[in-house]
Amino acid sequence: MNASDPLHRYGLTPARKRRDRIARGSILAGTILALIPLALIVYYLLRKGLGSWSWSFFTTDPTGNTFFGSSNIGGIKSAILGTTEIVALASVIAIPIGIGVAVWLVEYGRASWFANTVRFFVDVLTGVPSIIFGLFIYIALIVGTGSSYAGYKGSLALALLMLPVVIRSAEVVLLLVPAALRESALALGAPRWRVIFSIVLPTALPGMVTGVLLAIARAAGETAPLLFTAAYTHNTNFSLGQFMNSLPVQIYNDVTSPTTSVVNRAWGAALTLVAMILVLNLIARVVSRRSRLV
Amino acid sequence: MTLPPSTNLSTPGTTEMEPDEIAEPSPARAPVPPRPGPSAADRPVALTKPGLGVRLKGLRAFYGEAEQVKGVDLDFRANEVTAIIGPSGCGKSTMVRCINRMHEEIPDARAEGRVLLDELDVYDPSVDVVAVRRAIGMVFQKPNPFPTMSVFDNVAAGLRLTAQGRGRRSKADQQSKVEAALRSAGLWEEVAERLHEPGSGLSGGQQQRLCIARSLAVDPEVILMDEPCSALDPIATLKIEELIGQLKTRVTIVIVTHNMQQAARVADRTAFMLDGRLVEVGPTDEIFTTPTDPRTEEYVTGKFG
Repeated sequence: MNASDPLHRYGLTPARKRRDRIARGSILAGTILALIPLALIVYYLLRKGLGSWSWSFFTTDPTGNTFFGSSNIGGIKSAILGTTEIVALASVIAIPIGIGVAVWLVEYGRASWFANTVRFFVDVLTGVPSIIFGLFIYIALIVGTGSSYAGYKGSLALALLMLPVVIRSAEVVLLLVPAALRESALALGAPRWRVIFSIVLPTALPGMVTGVLLAIARAAGETAPLLFTAAYTHNTNFSLGQFMNSLPVQIYNDVTSPTTSVVNRAWGAALTLVAMILVLNLIARVVSRRSRLV
Repeated sequence: MTLPPSTNLSTPGTTEMEPDEIAEPSPARAPVPPRPGPSAADRPVALTKPGLGVRLKGLRAFYGEAEQVKGVDLDFRANEVTAIIGPSGCGKSTMVRCINRMHEEIPDARAEGRVLLDELDVYDPSVDVVAVRRAIGMVFQKPNPFPTMSVFDNVAAGLRLTAQGRGRRSKADQQSKVEAALRSAGLWEEVAERLHEPGSGLSGGQQQRLCIARSLAVDPEVILMDEPCSALDPIATLKIEELIGQLKTRVTIVIVTHNMQQAARVADRTAFMLDGRLVEVGPTDEIFTTPTDPRTEEYVTGKFG
């Protein structure tokens, strides 16, 4: 760089170049550091879990025959179906209510005193440990009514857990819908409910799908709310009024077993759970991308 | 809802004219052969009709405690273009947004005084705000087609969003109304081949004309335009200005503008506002050549603002 260069006095000094390199380097290092545990988890899951995957692993119920050296421990069919059923019911309860609350907060409640109170309690709910939701359902619907464990009670506990996640994520996305779109629809003489259903919700859909998936994924992986609401059972069943097995509870039970093959089943079940959530994610992404015109 | 009888969407045509004639953006272009389709009876809109005038009486508008429009009396005559000029922050947009009651959509915002559409006070408690907005359409500063919808759906949105349960429109009816609105907005020839592509894929000027078509589709009496060309280039601006000249045969137009040449080009009458008050209103050439108020003269000659 010589003095005749017209850009000379705008050029980077060596000190600035060095600072730039250090800053870039530390950001990259931070990113890699954050990826290490993620990569390790996936690696261990695959290494330990893949070995127990087989056709019969997915198509048989656990036998409960887990004594040392026993060869016939069964698979995780009832756990996969149980998780699917419990989480599906929880989603059916939590998603419409959650999106409804978010729509109310953004379109009607806005900055009113009541809306802010609702937001505050939703935030509090987000921070409640998941076992508290299980405990609440346990006391209200099992101890309180003197009845037994049931799949739908697990669904209710998970729905409570999902609700604040759905509300908060949907609210954020709805707030991103430009006010100009609402205004131009209202200025056409459209009633507010039509504006919400025809303009606001379709525009916010892809973002809301992401938030809802986050809630489903979180619920699907929860053990604590299910332990004393849906409980544990070996058999597959399709009645949400009965005891119901689920992947997290199965993992929780298996991993404490002294029998190696049972612990391996826990790894296989864990890998299954992660794979199920991944597939769900992919499906929802494809669906929401198709439904959008842009 | 108690709008005057003439605000009925299905007002029969008063003067029959060939639609293609007037919708044509440039008369030099070859006329489009009339498409087979709707019979004369359900021709979407009458091409000239007596629009409705709007009168403001003692209009005051507030944001919380701040008074932005401080008592304005102003007449917008039917089938005329009235431009509103004035420096930024003088309350032009706020005043216009009071006319179709969009002002109250802003939290803590309220308006006082009367806005008369023909004889009807749009702020009367018995009046349905939704009906007011159907009769008084609006075009905004930034073109804002609905991003999830195609060109066709954007125009049809006005019809669909406002369709009553029992009066749902047939597909064919929708189609002819959409085409008529696009023709009136001088956009039909440019988009006829891409009706089902996203509206957001059009150019800025096309998007703004799409928004005008969208508001025309519901056949309003008045169209409010809040700086409709401020985001457009000169060519697109010119097209919109030509369009305004054609549209005033069927609607009353109120246009807020920062561009005094634009006011001079399109407006029959011009109103000058300052600090929330109306300073002067009159025929456009008088406002620009022989204003009575010295502040108007200073503003239009560029001494301030």
